Amino acid sequence: MTVLAPAHRTVHQIRLSRRLASLTGWTLSAACLLALSVLMVWILAVVCVRGLGAMKLSLLTTITQGSGGGLLNAIEGTLVLSGAALLLAVPFGVAAGIYSAEYRFTRWATTIRFLADVLVGVPSIVIGYFGYVGMVEWLGWNFSLAAGAIALAIISLPYICRTTELALRQVSNDLRDAAYSLGANDRRVILGVCLPAALPGILTGILLALAVSVGETAPLLYTAGWSNYMWDGHLTHSPVGYLTYAIWTFINEPFASANALAYAAALLVTGFVLVINIIARFVLDRRARR
Amino acid sequence: MPAMKFRAWLALVAGILPASLAAIVLFLAIYSWPAMHFNGLGFVARDTWNLGNLYADPIMRHGVQIQPGATYGILFLIVGTLLSTLIALAIALPMGVGAAIFLAEAVPARLRMWISFLVELLMAIPSVVFGLWGYVVVIPFLGQHLYPLIAHSLGKAIPFFGEPTGSGYGLLTAGIVLSLMIVPIIAATLRDALVSQPTSLREAALGLGATRFEALWKVMLPGTRKTLIGATFLALGRALGETMAVLMVSGNALNYLPHRIYDPVSTMAAFIVSQLDSALQDPSGLAVRSLAEIAFVLAIISIVVNALARLLLLVWNNSQRSVVV
Repeated sequence: MTVLAPAHRTVHQIRLSRRLASLTGWTLSAACLLALSVLMVWILAVVCVRGLGAMKLSLLTTITQGSGGGLLNAIEGTLVLSGAALLLAVPFGVAAGIYSAEYRFTRWATTIRFLADVLVGVPSIVIGYFGYVGMVEWLGWNFSLAAGAIALAIISLPYICRTTELALRQVSNDLRDAAYSLGANDRRVILGVCLPAALPGILTGILLALAVSVGETAPLLYTAGWSNYMWDGHLTHSPVGYLTYAIWTFINEPFASANALAYAAALLVTGFVLVINIIARFVLDRRARR
Repeated sequence: MPAMKFRAWLALVAGILPASLAAIVLFLAIYSWPAMHFNGLGFVARDTWNLGNLYADPIMRHGVQIQPGATYGILFLIVGTLLSTLIALAIALPMGVGAAIFLAEAVPARLRMWISFLVELLMAIPSVVFGLWGYVVVIPFLGQHLYPLIAHSLGKAIPFFGEPTGSGYGLLTAGIVLSLMIVPIIAATLRDALVSQPTSLREAALGLGATRFEALWKVMLPGTRKTLIGATFLALGRALGETMAVLMVSGNALNYLPHRIYDPVSTMAAFIVSQLDSALQDPSGLAVRSLAEIAFVLAIISIVVNALARLLLLVWNNSQRSVVV
């Protein structure tokens, strides 16, 4: 390999070309980051401006009527569906997370970790269609809260499992050793010592899973269905409305009142997701790191 | 022994996670079995999705009850899914790498957290909100301004980019919106990998006279190649299965292979949503089962892609951090 510069180029010129290449590289990478940030702000701005423009108090206090009315039924439905999904997913997800962290070298733990990562990648519409043929058709539940909540719970499960596992891994082994040396058994060490220490991290995971549930559409379309009315308290055989459906359906209708519902629903969903992410990032995450 | 009991109990409860994955795959396979039997391997090679004559009496064919004239093929969906994913990756990969480089190396530490947060927030925005944004803002902009521009310049040389540019709904729009949804996966994973590279690497390169960018491009970045491949697979998996945003901007073509980059397409995931209502009209029930077959194929594809991605990241990287996407 020759280290000498070709005779017709001086050292100074080579340095200039390298400097130019570096400058170009930095400029391009800065442009990428700038473009991404601008697009993000653009999306948020569209949602905020149109959403605030469409927002009225009556949207939050009345139910949907045809292509107008309010969103109270959808707000209630989203909260009930996501809440029920969390109730189902948290015990199982946290248990799976505990097992794959505390017994991390066992084959079952490796399997669970791996399958959790695979399940995260399964498209939500696949889980939704599974819910349709499995629960709505085969079990005969029709469009219902139970079918929708179970589909959402399956989606939340791997998030909760993985974040619980990561939070537990942050817990120092000294803590475990100290607890074991005091004579505590596995149950006491895990539930009494490790879990409280990892709680902020676990809560972060649960909150993020909630944000995912609130923003999901595809798995609910053919499990929860849609209803213009408030949820009637039945677990099966009665459809439930939810905000993301309102976004998808009402934006396509030629009526200003319907579009207003879609924009307002988008504002509510995005705002909720945003607030959860900010809490998770700047409150709980910081406490977890301390 | 109470300790053993606790552990066994925990293992059992944790088993619901593998069980639900297995249930999804098994149930879709069993439910779509008659459709698989009737459609055969031609399912992925035919480009006609036709429910047949819904008003005629069902007839028996290959031991399966069907409507006369029914054929189910999803070639146009496979083409649409692959092309939109490819376009998304072609945009997202350079953009994600560029953003990760600048985030990891050039943004001041005080600002980094905020800008990282902004970029990763893209991951948290619901798919249907991307769809709304695409439908309301992006489609008019692309259809009226950008696409005619591309057709007049690039389209002169390459017919695939030529006129007519259509209304803005279509393959390219779907690819662009998809790319935004997967860019943060690539950017966030790569930024973490860059930050965790040993500083001695950079110092050695700088000491040999490399500029800061050369140290980054020729020394640091090659070290993260494996992470980048893993992250790209994750992004691929996400793009293949994305539903709502694609449904709202792709134009939902039926039985149509795109001739131009602006043409309407549909993807496997979006098609399941857009067709279930009409599939329910099929008295033989085969249409609903064929949709289940699409869901099954999509599940298998995404499981393979994600398993590959995780294996790559696991074996190569042995990384502690998992990007939960």
